[in-house]
Amino acid sequence: MSATGIGAPVRRKEDFRFITGKGQYTDDINRPGQTHAAFLRSPHAHANIKKLDISGAQKAEGVIAVLTGDDLAKDGVGGLICGWMIHSKDGSPMKAGGHPALAQGKVRYVGDHVAVVIAETLAQARDAVEKIHVDYELLKPVIDMAHATDSGSPVIHDVAPDNQVYDWHLGDKGATEAAFAKAKHVTKLDIVNNRLIPNAMEPRAAIGDYDSGNDAFTLYTTSQNPHVARLVLSAFIGIAPEHKLRVIAPDVGGGFGSKIFIYAEETVCVWAAKKVGRPVKWTGDRTEAFLADAHGRDHITHAEMAMDDKGHILGLRVKTKANLGAYLSTFSSCVPTYLYAPLLSGQYNIPAIYVEVEGLYTNTAPVDAYRGAGRPEATFVIERMVEVAAREMGQDPAAFRRKNFIKSFPHQTPVIMAYDTGDYGASMDLALEMADYKNFGKRKRDSAKKGMLRGIGFSAYIEACGIAPSAAVGSLGAGVGLWESAEVRVNPVGTVEVLTGSHSHGQGHETTFAQLVSDRLGIGIDQVAIVHGDTDKVQFGMGTYGSRSGAVGMSAISKALDKVVAKAKKVAAYALEASEGDIEFKDGRFSVAGTDRSLAFGEVALQAYIAHKFSGQDLEPGLKEGAFYDPTNFTFPSGVHICELEIDPDTGVTTIERWTAVDDFGNIINPMIVEGQVHGGIAQGIGQALLEGAHYDANGQLVTASYMDYCMPRADDLPSFDIGITTTPCTTNPLGIKGCGEAGAIAAPPAVINAITDALGHENIAMPASPQAVWRAAQKSLHKLAAE
Amino acid sequence: MISVSMTVNGKAVSAKIDPRTLLVQFLRENLLLTGTHVGCDTSQCGACVVHVDGKAIKSCTTLAASCDGTSVVTIEGLAHDGVLHPMQEAFRENHGLQCGFCTPGMIMSAIDIVNRKGHDLDEHTIREELEGNICRCTGYHNIVKSVAAGAHAMAGSK
Repeated sequence: MSATGIGAPVRRKEDFRFITGKGQYTDDINRPGQTHAAFLRSPHAHANIKKLDISGAQKAEGVIAVLTGDDLAKDGVGGLICGWMIHSKDGSPMKAGGHPALAQGKVRYVGDHVAVVIAETLAQARDAVEKIHVDYELLKPVIDMAHATDSGSPVIHDVAPDNQVYDWHLGDKGATEAAFAKAKHVTKLDIVNNRLIPNAMEPRAAIGDYDSGNDAFTLYTTSQNPHVARLVLSAFIGIAPEHKLRVIAPDVGGGFGSKIFIYAEETVCVWAAKKVGRPVKWTGDRTEAFLADAHGRDHITHAEMAMDDKGHILGLRVKTKANLGAYLSTFSSCVPTYLYAPLLSGQYNIPAIYVEVEGLYTNTAPVDAYRGAGRPEATFVIERMVEVAAREMGQDPAAFRRKNFIKSFPHQTPVIMAYDTGDYGASMDLALEMADYKNFGKRKRDSAKKGMLRGIGFSAYIEACGIAPSAAVGSLGAGVGLWESAEVRVNPVGTVEVLTGSHSHGQGHETTFAQLVSDRLGIGIDQVAIVHGDTDKVQFGMGTYGSRSGAVGMSAISKALDKVVAKAKKVAAYALEASEGDIEFKDGRFSVAGTDRSLAFGEVALQAYIAHKFSGQDLEPGLKEGAFYDPTNFTFPSGVHICELEIDPDTGVTTIERWTAVDDFGNIINPMIVEGQVHGGIAQGIGQALLEGAHYDANGQLVTASYMDYCMPRADDLPSFDIGITTTPCTTNPLGIKGCGEAGAIAAPPAVINAITDALGHENIAMPASPQAVWRAAQKSLHKLAAE
Repeated sequence: MISVSMTVNGKAVSAKIDPRTLLVQFLRENLLLTGTHVGCDTSQCGACVVHVDGKAIKSCTTLAASCDGTSVVTIEGLAHDGVLHPMQEAFRENHGLQCGFCTPGMIMSAIDIVNRKGHDLDEHTIREELEGNICRCTGYHNIVKSVAAGAHAMAGSK
C-alpha cells in the first residue's frame, strides 16, 4: 500500500477550503444584477384557493415580479414528477396527482408553494409576501395515515379518490401461508417507523440565471445529482432543452437524500430568471427546510414471523402503510416498495416472505428517500422481529440470529435479491468480543445495584447498495438507468483530471477518487483533480445516493483508467521503440520487459500529446478515456451493531454506555473516511431511536418546525463509537467495494430499541423513545417487578 | 440607514446599513466573508459563530449595529501568512468535518471553549460545551477528538 493509494487513511484534499472558510456553497455565490425570491407558503393543510390578490405585493417597494401558478400554466411549465412507476396488485398504475411548482387552485400541505415574490432585496421580497391576500376555502385535512382510506375521508387528489397511491405486494403469498400453517411459534408485532426530517445543515438554495444572448439557462443548486436535475427540468418540466440548461451543484452542505429531488423552488428560480431578465436567488431558512424538504420514513407495519420448534425461521409476512405525503416526490414511490420489501430477508435464511405495502396520500409534506431509504425501515422490522422472537422462545438473541444466518453464497432470497457474498458469523463473533458480551450480565447487576436498568440490543443489518443494475431497476419501474460515468483526462505534463457523475457533499470523493488514480497510475494524489457537480464539464451522471459512489462511480473510473493504461502502453511502445506486448506498467513507469529502458507516466503522457513517435500510425494523439459502468448486481454491505445502555427509571433518561459497530463493506479505499461515514450514520440512527420525530397536529400544522421543537442529536446526546471491520470483497464490481454511507443509519435504530426493551424487560416502545416515554414504560416495569 | 464601524479580521471596516442588518448578513453580504454560515437563524445550530471582542457569539441573531466599535474575528481570520490555526489543523488531521458547512462555527466555538476551559479537555466537557453547535455528518466522534487535539496544540503554540 502506497502512502496515498487504496487502503491508506489519507487526510482529505477538500478540507483546506472548508476549514479556512473558502468553501463555495450555493448561498455563497452571487450573480451580477441578482434579485431575491421569497415564497408565500400555505398556512393551511388542505384548502381551495378561491381568490389570490397579488396587487398589494406588486406595488410594494423593490418588487420586480409576483408570480403564481397561473403564470406557470400560461408559460407551459410542467409539474414536478415522480420518476418510478409502481403498479398495484391488480396491475393498475400508481395514482400520481398533479404537482405544480406553484399552487393551481388548491394547497395540500402546510408549506405548499402558493406564489413567489421577486424583489431587489430579500427583506423587500419577504415584506411583500405579507401583502399577498389569499381567500382560502378550508377543507378537512387527512393527517393520520391509518385513516386515510376511511370512507368519507377528504379527497386530496381527484385521481386517488380513496387517497391510496398504490396497493403493492411482493413475494409468494401461498408459500408464506403454508410456512405459517406448520409453525410451532409465531411472533407478532405492530411497528411504527417514525417520521423524520433530514436536516442537512446547509438549507436548500437555488440561483437561476438566464443568458438572453444565447437563450441559455444556468441553475446553481444544492443538488446531489445535478444531471438528474437537468434531465427532469428539461425533459419533463420543460424549462429548456438540456444543451441550453447548465446545472451547477457546487459545494453542498450535506444531503442525506433530501437533495436528490427536484423541488418547486429551483424550478421557479430558473423559470423566473428569464421572466424578470435577471438572476433570481432563493435560500431556504430552517423553517422552510422543516416544512418543505422531503421528509423520511413514516411507516405503520404489522409483521408476523413463523418459527419451527427450534427457532428456525420458516416465514415472514408484513403489511405496511407508507405515508407519501401530499404529492409524490421524485423517487418517493420506490422507497417503501423496491427499496424496502426486498431487504426483509435481512441476514437470514427465510424460505417464504410475503409483503404488502399501501402507499397513501396525506396532507403533509412529501416523503421520499432519507439516509438508507427503505432499508432502515426493513431492518427495523426484521431486527425487532428476531429479537422479540428470540426472547419469546427463551433463546439468546445472538445465538438465535446465528442459527438463522445465511451461511452459503450466493444466496437467492424469496424477495428479488441475490446476495453475492458475506460472512455474517464473522461480524457477529467480532462484535460480541468487542462488546464484551460475556460479561454483560455482571454489568447489568452492577447497574441494578445503583438503581439503574441496563440493556443490550443487537442489530444484524443488511443493505442493498451500489444502486443499481439499469435493466433490473427498469424492470421494476424506474424511469432512468442507474449506471455511472467517468472521464479520465491526462494532461501533457502527466497530471490527471477525473470527471465524474458522482457528487460529493461530505463523502470526500476528491480524496478517495484521487487515491484510486494514485494507486493505478503511480502518481501522487496532488497530481489528480476530481471534477464534479457541473453539467457543462461532466457529460452525464446519476449522482450520489444509495451508497453508490464507491461501488458504481469508482468502478466507472476504474474502467476508464484501464483504457488510459492500455492506450499509454501503445504510446510507450512507440516511444521506447518496443513491441506493445513487451511493455510493462508498474509503480508509475512503463518499461520494456527484460531491459532497463523505461519512461515515467508523465513522459508517456507528453509523448501522447506531441505524437512525434507515432505520427501517421494507427494511433490517435492524446490521452483521454471515458467509461460508463452499469453494475451487474446490487452490493450487500452487512454487519452487526450492539448497543448497550443504561436507563434511569426515576427520570427516563437513556444513556448509551457503549456502541460496537462491526461492518463488512468489502474493500475499503480510505478507512478514516469510512469510519467517519459510520459515525455519522449511527448518530442519525440514534437520533431516530431516541430524539427525532416529525409531528403534525390534527389540523396539519407541523409543530416540530424548528430546532427548538425537533430534537437533533447533539454532541452530549451521543457516545464515542467502537468500530470494527470484517471484509468479504464484493464479487460483482472490479474494486470489490460494497458501500458504507448508510450503514449506521440502517443498523442503529433497532439496536437502540432492542436494548431499551431489554433493559425494561418488556416489548415495544415507540420511537423516539424520549425520556417521558421511557419513564412511563420504566414505571410499568417496576410495578410489574414489584408485583412479582 | 445607520453607520457602523468595526475591525474585522484585523482590518477596519465601516458601512452604512439598514438598522435591521444582522452581523452575519453584514459579514456575508457587505464584506463577502462567506465562511460564516447560516444554518438555522434561531441561535441553535452554531454555523454562524464568530468571535466579537474575543468571545464566541452567534452572528445570526446579533445586530451588526450592536457590534459597532468591536473587533470581530471570523473563520477567514484564523490562519496567518498561510499557517493554519492549530484548531483548524486539528480538524483536518482528525477528520473532524465532512460536508464542511458547520465547520467554521465548530472551529470558532472550539477555540472559545479552549479560551474558557483550558487546554486539557476531557470528552465529557467537550461534548457538553459543543451543545450549541449542530453537525449532521460526523456524529461528533471525530469533532470531539479534533477539539481535544486542537486544545493541546494551542497550548504548544503559545
